[in-house]
Amino acid sequence: MTHSYTPGLRVSDDALLHRERRLPLKGSVTVTRGQRVTADHVVARCHLPGNVQTLNLAARLALDPARVPGSLTRPIGSAIERGDVIASSKSLFGLVRNKVEAPTRGTIESVSSITGQLILREPPIPVEVNAYVGGVVHEVLPDEGVIMEASGAFLQGIFGVGGETGGPIAVVVEGSDDDLTRERLRPEHRGCVLVGGAYVSHDTLLRARDLGAAAVVVGGFDDRDLRELLGRDLGVAITGAEDLGITLVLTEGFGRIGMADRAWSLLSRFAGHRASVSGATQIRAGVMRPEILIPHAHAPAAAHAPADHGLEIGSLLRVIREPHFGRIGTVIELPPELRELESEARVRVLVVEFSDDGTRTLIPRANVELIAG
Amino acid sequence: MEIRPENIQSILATDCGSTTTKAILIEKREGEYRLVVRGEAPTTVEAPFEDVTRGVLNAVREIEELAGRRILDGDRILTPQRGDQGVDLYVSTSSAGGGLQMMVSGLVMQMTGESAQRAALGAGAIVMDVIALNDGRRAFEKIRLLRQLRPDMILLSGGTDGGDVKRVAEMAEILVAADPRARLGAGYELPVIYAGNRDAAQIVTDCLGGRTALTVVPNLRPTLERENLGPARDAIHDLFMEHVMAHAPGYKKLMTWSPVPIMPTPGAVGLIIEKVAKNDGIAVVGVDIGGATTDVFSVFQGVFNRTVSANLGMSYSVSNVMAEAGIESILRWVPFAVDEIALRNRIKNKMIRPTTIPQTLEDLVIEQAIAREALRLAFEQHKSLAVGLKGIQSERTISDIMQQSQTGSSLVNLLDLGLLIGSGGVLSHAPRRIQAALMMIDAFLPEGVTELAVDSIFMAPQLGVLSTVHEQAATQVFDRDCLIRLGSVLAPIGSGKPEQPCVTVELRVDGQSPINRRVPFGELVRLPLPAGGTACLTAIPERGFDLGLGRGRPLETGLRGGIAGLIVDTRGRRPFLLPPDPGSRIQRLRAWNRALGVYPREV
Repeated sequence: MTHSYTPGLRVSDDALLHRERRLPLKGSVTVTRGQRVTADHVVARCHLPGNVQTLNLAARLALDPARVPGSLTRPIGSAIERGDVIASSKSLFGLVRNKVEAPTRGTIESVSSITGQLILREPPIPVEVNAYVGGVVHEVLPDEGVIMEASGAFLQGIFGVGGETGGPIAVVVEGSDDDLTRERLRPEHRGCVLVGGAYVSHDTLLRARDLGAAAVVVGGFDDRDLRELLGRDLGVAITGAEDLGITLVLTEGFGRIGMADRAWSLLSRFAGHRASVSGATQIRAGVMRPEILIPHAHAPAAAHAPADHGLEIGSLLRVIREPHFGRIGTVIELPPELRELESEARVRVLVVEFSDDGTRTLIPRANVELIAG
Repeated sequence: MEIRPENIQSILATDCGSTTTKAILIEKREGEYRLVVRGEAPTTVEAPFEDVTRGVLNAVREIEELAGRRILDGDRILTPQRGDQGVDLYVSTSSAGGGLQMMVSGLVMQMTGESAQRAALGAGAIVMDVIALNDGRRAFEKIRLLRQLRPDMILLSGGTDGGDVKRVAEMAEILVAADPRARLGAGYELPVIYAGNRDAAQIVTDCLGGRTALTVVPNLRPTLERENLGPARDAIHDLFMEHVMAHAPGYKKLMTWSPVPIMPTPGAVGLIIEKVAKNDGIAVVGVDIGGATTDVFSVFQGVFNRTVSANLGMSYSVSNVMAEAGIESILRWVPFAVDEIALRNRIKNKMIRPTTIPQTLEDLVIEQAIAREALRLAFEQHKSLAVGLKGIQSERTISDIMQQSQTGSSLVNLLDLGLLIGSGGVLSHAPRRIQAALMMIDAFLPEGVTELAVDSIFMAPQLGVLSTVHEQAATQVFDRDCLIRLGSVLAPIGSGKPEQPCVTVELRVDGQSPINRRVPFGELVRLPLPAGGTACLTAIPERGFDLGLGRGRPLETGLRGGIAGLIVDTRGRRPFLLPPDPGSRIQRLRAWNRALGVYPREV
């Protein structure tokens, strides 16, 4: 296998960022190429087809299905209001007149002479897409959306919940290894992206939400608390559509884990800057991680692209599984042959020297991630 | 191109998975087909490559290096073989891009709905949802679902031939109202297969013909008493090639490289499992536990069934195993005390970093505990779908009435099970083979005598597609190089008290003294079997225990050898229970692990 290591999450001070903002269906784009917009500016809008209701006219009018099309009082395609009579029939030699009223506003879409069913479509549902990140409209995708361009700092988390949001960054703990606790929260944190250190509890997160904070970015969170937050055990890591009132981004993982220095120092440096945050995570083919984008005026280094180099002697890495989870070190040796672990599995390994105490140990290559920009 | 099996000296076969493309090279040596080497490379369906053939070529290049011979001419596979260059045949399977994702519909969920589901699963699809008139959803909810899910293909069934057409038309109308779009490529029509009441075929064609790529095939449930899944399955395979594969990046090119149609990976695995069952005349269960999904295949009473548990797996879906099984069910297999919060966090950390592997022995034990629950749940799902036809009238004997048997009961009878095959990293790559054997025993709880095996490197897909054109090569390689026979398990049905006599076993191997053991209730005992050889087993259960021939009746049978030997499992069946209090449970688990030599030290 060519890639037996995790390339590492991206942390960059100066990156050229592009974000596609696409409508779910074709619609209209409201901005032009080159236009500068803020994060909450609506860049495209469309109308989703309304929900469909089926009415069994044959049963309601006591008609043979073949006679149902002839019973319509309004032609197919007509716009109707709730309560409008849409079909009628006579029975008992014309003495009794049956009628069917529209249960909702909408359009008559079709009627079947086989089943006697009428399909009524409710009015279209308007959908708007905003720019998400403040910057320039880089490209217009006709009828579909835009590609936004912004230069700024960029940080990927490992896991998140909650959708897109944004606000000024407020660092609310002293250091990357501190916990974000209730007493650190203030009313002025309303609308902010709060940066904690190693951990936040469910209780504190709810307090932040009640204060109106936009997002919390922190090293770790307990899975037990995630279940409390979502009201269910999360089975598969596909998130972003939850309506939680706050977005949570974990930079390290589950449990209490100090935020990596690079992430901590970047977020601290940009305290007070406006950030765009998304908790959307998808860990399947086409991995999507949560992100924090901080547009700023510095000249970008280059279009942002993932690092494309593998493990080498001297690479800085972090261990991402027990028994050394979270520790940082340097690659000392990359033995080509398979080595046996304590579990007796024979796998490709590396020798790491830990930065904190200088000790050396064998780690499976699959259990480390590169620390790279 | 006509394929003449007798002229085939070398075969290259690939399986393009979601993450890895695996290639194997088979050659005929001294009259037998054998695996020569295997190679693999990352699959290249997604950006930036967006061409599946790049990954295939990379995997074949690894084969070239390992075999020390040329197979490629630039970006082309050299066929036929000339001298020691090229190969005579190239075949491939694919599950890249998420495999084949289908929606199926029937009129009644438990009848045509289930038949349609079996047809789609058997063809190798992932069934995203089943829509039926009685599924409890209102019409607009069905329509919304059809619109949201964006399947690759829809199988529409319903009604027996000559029955009511109105309800079938109703389902077709729902489909029209939803106007569903295909998942891959917005610019082509969604393939729809109609396999329902033949009298409604014209109505369905009028309704859907102009709006979808409609194919009409014979009814998959022509009468309540008969299922006819073949034509629908064939149509699924054809449309998979014509529509889905043809729109996946690079597949048009790949299809020109092989004279044999590319098959969905699970469909190919199903073929080889069916062949094993047929050739050996036994009931077979195969399981493939992956990172995201677990597939279970079975052949009982000659009927093939496959299910896919789309969210049970060991990496991407590991957290869902915990969600579905419950943390207590996982913890019951762990022979040491674990803090629940820490275990939850550990499992979630595996989900968000799915490629990591256990380094410590304790970590391995927890991973294998999760695997037991994933396998158990997948098998439960399989048993609920691998059933006889529901809704049929059948003559019932007095004994049927006494047993309260009814139509639609599961075909899976563990006493009939002859061979249980495990596949997937956690089983195939378990550091000790006995670990794989015990995981399968704990998850499937086989009864009577059952042989156990693992697929060494998961080449069943390639051998499955190969079996369609060269059965001899496929079965020879499957038997000699793919399947690792672990041994057998003997498990009496019944329950008792610890140390109560349960079964007496005599094992005879040619040239060796017979082994005699009395095994009390509640134990696991491992008796050696010669690898590659055979043995004769006589097992005499005590009065309250049954090996399949009745309570207390002895069983005599031949066994094939294997590294795990014969495992005598007297822990009880129907029910199988672990001690409820943690202290006793941990003590028993440790004793069983010691008895079988499962781990290098006590955990």
